[in-house]
Amino acid sequence: MMTMLGGEPFLLVSKQEQQNYPLYIRSVPSDSELKFHYTVHTSLDVVEEKVSAVGKVIVDQRELYLGLLYPTEDYKVYGYVTNSKVKFVIVVDSSNTSLRDNEIRSMFRKLHNSFTDVMCNPFYNPGDPIQSKVFDSMVSSMMVQTC
Amino acid sequence: MSPAQWDLPPELCCRPMAFVALTGLDVVYNAVHRAIWDAFCANRRADRVPISFKVLPGDHEYPKCRTKRTSYEWYIPKGILKTGWMNKHLNLVPALVVLFYELDWDEPQWKEKQSECATKVEIVRTSLQGRNTKVAVVLIQKKTPLPPGEDVMASERAAALCNACDLSGKSLFVLPHTDHLVGYIIRLENAFYEHAQTYYYTEIRRVKSHKEFLNKTTHQLLFVRHQFKTAFFSELKQDTQNALKYYRAAYSLIHELRTHETNILEIKTMAGFINYKICRLCFQHNTPLDAIAQFRKHIDLCKKKIGSAELAFEHAAWMSKQFQYFGDLFDEAIKLGLTAIQTQNPGFYYQQAAHYAQERKRLANLGYPAPDPLETPTGILDFYGQRAWRQGHQISTCFKLVSQELIIALLSNAVAQFKKYKCPRMKSRLMVQMGEEYYHTKDYAKALKLLDYVMCDYRTERWWGLLTSILGTALRCSYLMAQVKDYVSYSMELVGRASMLREDQKSRIQKNVAKVLKNEPPEAEPDCDPSAVKAAQALWNERGSQASGEDLILEVQDSVPFVQCKARFLHPSFHLDVPVQLHVFLLTDSPHPVRFSKLCVSLSNQDYNQYCVVDSLGQAPAQEDMCLVPGRTHRYSFRFVARPEDVGKKIEITGVDLMLGSENGRCIFLNWRGGGGDAASSHEALQATRSFKRRGRLPENEVDWDTVSIQASTMIISRVPRISVQLHHEPPALNNEMYCMMVTIQSHEDIVARDLKLTAGLKPGQDANLSHTTHVTLDGSKMCDDSHRALLPDIPMGDLQPQEKMEKPLSIRCSTTGPRIFLVHVAYTVDTCIEGRDIVCKCHKDETVTIETVVPFEVAVKFVSTKFEHLEHVFVDVPFLLMTDILSMSPWPLHLVTSELQLAPTMAAVDQPASQVEEVVLQTGESASECFCLTCPPVHHGTTGVASGQYVMSWKSCCSLINTQLFYLPSFGRVRESLPVKYHIQNRTAIVQEVEMSVEPSDAFMFSGLKQVRLRILPGTEQDMLYNFYPLMAGYQMLPLLNINLLRLPAVSGQLLRRFLPSRIFIKVTFNGPANSGIETSMLATFTFVS
Repeated sequence: MMTMLGGEPFLLVSKQEQQNYPLYIRSVPSDSELKFHYTVHTSLDVVEEKVSAVGKVIVDQRELYLGLLYPTEDYKVYGYVTNSKVKFVIVVDSSNTSLRDNEIRSMFRKLHNSFTDVMCNPFYNPGDPIQSKVFDSMVSSMMVQTC
Repeated sequence: MSPAQWDLPPELCCRPMAFVALTGLDVVYNAVHRAIWDAFCANRRADRVPISFKVLPGDHEYPKCRTKRTSYEWYIPKGILKTGWMNKHLNLVPALVVLFYELDWDEPQWKEKQSECATKVEIVRTSLQGRNTKVAVVLIQKKTPLPPGEDVMASERAAALCNACDLSGKSLFVLPHTDHLVGYIIRLENAFYEHAQTYYYTEIRRVKSHKEFLNKTTHQLLFVRHQFKTAFFSELKQDTQNALKYYRAAYSLIHELRTHETNILEIKTMAGFINYKICRLCFQHNTPLDAIAQFRKHIDLCKKKIGSAELAFEHAAWMSKQFQYFGDLFDEAIKLGLTAIQTQNPGFYYQQAAHYAQERKRLANLGYPAPDPLETPTGILDFYGQRAWRQGHQISTCFKLVSQELIIALLSNAVAQFKKYKCPRMKSRLMVQMGEEYYHTKDYAKALKLLDYVMCDYRTERWWGLLTSILGTALRCSYLMAQVKDYVSYSMELVGRASMLREDQKSRIQKNVAKVLKNEPPEAEPDCDPSAVKAAQALWNERGSQASGEDLILEVQDSVPFVQCKARFLHPSFHLDVPVQLHVFLLTDSPHPVRFSKLCVSLSNQDYNQYCVVDSLGQAPAQEDMCLVPGRTHRYSFRFVARPEDVGKKIEITGVDLMLGSENGRCIFLNWRGGGGDAASSHEALQATRSFKRRGRLPENEVDWDTVSIQASTMIISRVPRISVQLHHEPPALNNEMYCMMVTIQSHEDIVARDLKLTAGLKPGQDANLSHTTHVTLDGSKMCDDSHRALLPDIPMGDLQPQEKMEKPLSIRCSTTGPRIFLVHVAYTVDTCIEGRDIVCKCHKDETVTIETVVPFEVAVKFVSTKFEHLEHVFVDVPFLLMTDILSMSPWPLHLVTSELQLAPTMAAVDQPASQVEEVVLQTGESASECFCLTCPPVHHGTTGVASGQYVMSWKSCCSLINTQLFYLPSFGRVRESLPVKYHIQNRTAIVQEVEMSVEPSDAFMFSGLKQVRLRILPGTEQDMLYNFYPLMAGYQMLPLLNINLLRLPAVSGQLLRRFLPSRIFIKVTFNGPANSGIETSMLATFTFVS
């Protein structure tokens, strides 16, 4: 049961035209999917605040990892923003202590690489929901690992 | 059990203050006592010492002190903390009892009074038997006391009184009842505060001393109790640092206790109390991070201490309270100046409290245990957090209801916090939760209001999954309230493309909408409360019976309905004589076809609306046209003829209405503002333009939805003119000539062009100077002057028959060179008939032409000697020749009419100068010359140049022009050529003038002549002085300075005279050839003496 909860909904959000709609979202277990969606959506408050703060003070611009967004009772929510302002969010069970900052960071990096591949596909229209099998299987393998 | 059980006891939440009892005061009947009491308790500001005062009667019974236990060996504690303990020490057992007694030092009956006072003290002492409470006596005196040491009687009697009452000198106070009452009171209470501090100190010592008797096996509870008591006494002593330390110790001890089914509630309760105290003190010490860390630890430790599964809801309730209290503490700290941040604010705690409250409700709904394990007796329990295991009353219903209100209150608290800390999405989410809570409490109207409010946020953020879930709840609410309009509106969105519902769900909802349109009650939504459904069905039936023929208008622009609409004019502009064409595209994404009964377009000019309607009544379109097939784009075309008065105006689509249902059922109008589109369409259109996807070939008459763009407005522009306007002219124009342009207008209309009007001239909007230097006239026979305008507006030209030609010459005069744009505008009206309608069309045709204006010829003038040698200067009275060269620059042959030399008075012609170029025609590049013989009469005043005159020439290419030129004559010398200079001195006075003249040497000149001379000049005569200067250097040179002294008039200085003299001369470099001996330069100086 615990491992089931350890799954993460992944989310890629586009910032173009100031929008924050989901490009890709996946969660394990799927029964509380709605709750995860809400969690991810509300975490965008923090993401936006952090992104705008980065804009004000030019910190290290290459640091895309936003770190722990906020802790809830049951989950930890992490954020990542690409240079083109596409946002990644990972939610993990807060009891999952095997995932430290470094693990989360490398997960984001993997996601980002895979996302770049999706964007390089000439048949993918930026802004459309991602329906790539390769991306899917990459996310699945990452979820299996963390569970 | 009431939920209030979970509220923290007030004695825990208040700030503990030292308790001091005042006796012997009659505050009801004695005004002096009343004033004293008021001074103690009224207006206690923060700078006064923290004491809580109470007036008690002198014989008040204080709580009895139990006999002190000498050994804990056989003692087994029954609980951690007694329920009355905190209150006892806050409000019942004083740290100090103060006895007020009216007694002056010079009291005559001193002995009696003293013994009475001693008796009163004794009574107080007796009732405090066994306690460490201090006793103090305050003497209320009418007289102001003398300084200490002076009143011998006072010190004696004070000592005696102390003795009699068995008091130390420190516990006896005097309160003179004078003007400075408040000052005395403040001093008194500071003294009381010290006594209280001592009391609490001894209490702490006393509690601590028990420790050595305890053992770890049986007295674990006492360890906690003693730490708590020490901490509480420290707080009373206002020693918050130590209090915090003891509370922390108590907290860690409590988690060392063995938990089992019977004491788990007690442990959690006490842990909650202590945690509350710790967090409160941390916030008070301005260490909020410590408070948060402590709270997290507390939650982590207690989260798993659920106890019996049946009582899980009780645990949830307790958790909820823990979060709520922490949220309150946090919020209070913020009000006192703490700053919170987005990710750490009280909102999170309220949200979590709400979450646990919901959890509690959910667990309670699972089934309440039949013998209520929570029932507590109405009486007070001995220890905090213990249960009296009784059987009896069922109270779960009221418990559930209160719980619901609590959840909503907590959620709205959290909403307020998140609003403050810039978390709009968190706020929306909580509002959704509130809406759902209201739905569960059957307050559907409130639920709907909240859900409707946040729906648009999710819509604009395009989180369709969340929107679908909210819409589902909203649909249930509107169904249960039988709100037709809302029901249809939510249904349409749930059926539409933004909804993430499964196909079968969409199908079900669409069928329900169809029922509503037929005025039948829809089927109930799944997951509704069966009893509520019954009520709702009755409501729907009622609605159905009363509401036939009512029109519902739904604004669909801001939602994502199941029918999409795009309206477009075929062109951004239409000519008046062409019918305006308009297409409306409809697409439905519902699972079943949608039948509509009317489609109408509203335009900004409502007169056209009648032409833009599709309904079953009118031209009776085929039935299949009125039925929208899912996924297929349907097109409806409209055309109408615009009105002539709309020419130049914009026609806009103000709205599109689609009517569903029929008159005998219910009519629902879907209304799109403007040219259609909805909350999702703009983004979809953008994505479609970006997409590289190949679209499959569509059948001939079908359209791909994504390729349709909205064109909500069009311009009505005037009919295309069918006349030709030709301009005949030969550019470039010449400066100042009357330039002729022939305007030829020819009609290609089939009918008569009426009211032809010509506007011609300089096109407006060019450089303002051009309109001053350009003049236009229709009359080419006369020269234009400045009174003519640059643009001739609306010249009436009458009617023009088909194929008729009309010509109009136009004369333009440009007085400066450069390009100009000229406009020829022809306007007329024709009567035409379009689609059976007669309309009067105004047409106009514009022609513009750019005309360059150039200089026609150049005139050069030079002076030559009679031998045609070049002359740089002329000599007085020596004839010379003036030659003019006229070079034609015009591309056209130039006809020189005549020329005339108008000489200035300084020049004179030798003979009668007649024009020599009269009637000469010059081709491009050719030039003509004239020659005049002139002389210069003697010039009086010494000037270096004279004006020669004007040369006027009349010419034409087809018009004429005047030209003027001016000349100046220079005077100069040459290097190493002698320059004769004559000074001419005239005496105009009536006396003989004696003049002394001298010429100063100069580097630039050698000279010959009289260097210094004295001479006399008779009245009216004149004298010439001749010098020959020989320039040595070129350029502007100072002439040798001539000094003149008038011996008879010493007042007239040489300076004054020098004003008349030229002081400089230009010296030219000499020719290589021999100097012209025949040419003579002379300089003249005239002196005039006036007395």
